[in-house]
Amino acid sequence: MAMDSDIKLIDENGLRLDGRKFDELREIHIEAGVLKRADGSAYLTWGENKVMAAVYGPRELHPRHAQDPSKAVVQARYNMAAFSVPDRKRPGPDRRSVEISKLLSEALEEIVFVEQFPRSAVDVFIEVLEASAGTRCAALTAASVALADAGIPMSDMIASCAAGKIDGHVVLDLGKKEDNFGEADVPLAIVPRTDRVTLLQMDGDMTAEEFDQAMELAIGACKEIYEIQRDALKRRYSTSLEDYEDNEEDE
Amino acid sequence: MKEIISRITKEYLFRLIGDGKRIDGRDMYEHREIEIQPNWIGTAEGSARIKMGDTDVVVGIKMDVGEPFPDTPTKGVVITSAELIPMASPNYEAGPPREDATELARVVDRGIREGQVIDVEKLCIEEGEKVWLVFIDMHVLDFDGNLFDACGLAAMTALMNTTVPAERHELGEDHPLPVDHVVVPTTFSKIRDQILLDPRLDEERIADARLTVSTNEKGNLVAMQKGLSGTFSYEDVKNCIKRSQEIGDELREMLSSLSEQNI
Repeated sequence: MAMDSDIKLIDENGLRLDGRKFDELREIHIEAGVLKRADGSAYLTWGENKVMAAVYGPRELHPRHAQDPSKAVVQARYNMAAFSVPDRKRPGPDRRSVEISKLLSEALEEIVFVEQFPRSAVDVFIEVLEASAGTRCAALTAASVALADAGIPMSDMIASCAAGKIDGHVVLDLGKKEDNFGEADVPLAIVPRTDRVTLLQMDGDMTAEEFDQAMELAIGACKEIYEIQRDALKRRYSTSLEDYEDNEEDE
Repeated sequence: MKEIISRITKEYLFRLIGDGKRIDGRDMYEHREIEIQPNWIGTAEGSARIKMGDTDVVVGIKMDVGEPFPDTPTKGVVITSAELIPMASPNYEAGPPREDATELARVVDRGIREGQVIDVEKLCIEEGEKVWLVFIDMHVLDFDGNLFDACGLAAMTALMNTTVPAERHELGEDHPLPVDHVVVPTTFSKIRDQILLDPRLDEERIADARLTVSTNEKGNLVAMQKGLSGTFSYEDVKNCIKRSQEIGDELREMLSSLSEQNI
């Protein structure tokens, strides 16, 4: 971040490297209920990002001393596949993924009705299979859909998106090169029904006014993403209903 | 944690198998439906996603330049690892690979290594100094039995679709990975006296013994692994080998159709 470079991220027509406008998201697609073993799951593609999320629980929490007698513990594990980045990543957690896992756990705990399941764990496993900037937002977005797919009681989903600054302009949803050579990055997540911020990070260099713009862009995008999340759930469960009706007719 | 199975399911499965039937209606030597997508991961040098019934695996190949082993100064290095991530099963835990994952990685590795799938001599850049390293990483997303075949087939497909990233390392033009042979594994489970191909998880849970046979395009055997505490008769083993050669040919045809390389 904040690197001086000769790379031009915005062309003379005001378009970005991949042809997007300042306030345009990359293409996002979500599918719910894609894994058999998991209690809930979601597969998300976001530009070149490929993210799978799976939920197990509520289930018994081991070790027992980690149990909370008043509520369930939400444990998210963000993991990158060795082949998800250009230079092979050594398998297993590093400092970055440990930090992201912690932030995601905290954000998700806010929406789950944890007090209904004392002493138990809700495990959320997120695998980044292909990474291209914005994976923590993609992870949180996918994890929320997987939680809903698992039927975990929750107040809402979380929608997440980053905004940032490149070539002096505030833009939405930084791509890979924009992330590497841009000036600032602000990953944000909100609970759409209440607009409350549940994840916020920032690195780089921007003025308070630019930050306001970035927040507004990102919040607007979160609402758009929320619709994509809801649509994924509707598609998953309306198909089941059709199957059910088909079966009824057969009988 | 051990995979558990309810007594009623177990009895039901035993009864079915006693009648010569399987829980999903397959013949004893019939594979589940296999769907393989090559080049699924853009950041990898080669990759494949396989769905074998509900078993779901992604294999990615990454390549780098490194030092050869001192005893093989002219040969590239192949490193195979498997991750049984907790996403794939309620019984998998995070952390370093345990014995299951280690056995899986080694069985797939053995097929590729002993079958001389990759021409490692061609991966030498500078004798004793610089060679290509080939990392085969297997990521299990959903576990419904028979990871040996799923991982082996996906790894083979990924290798057949791998491009050596020579340009990135300023070593000339990118070119396909030199692949000489197509090795495919076939895994059989023995339940009581019945042998069956490609066990699902519920079949694996009640199996007494397991046998994986890897063959190449000549029908030769290149690697085998027997698992679990049950036993096979010599006749059983011969039968599995014969089946493996036949099924292997069908699978090889499928893999070849997914690759531009003519092997």
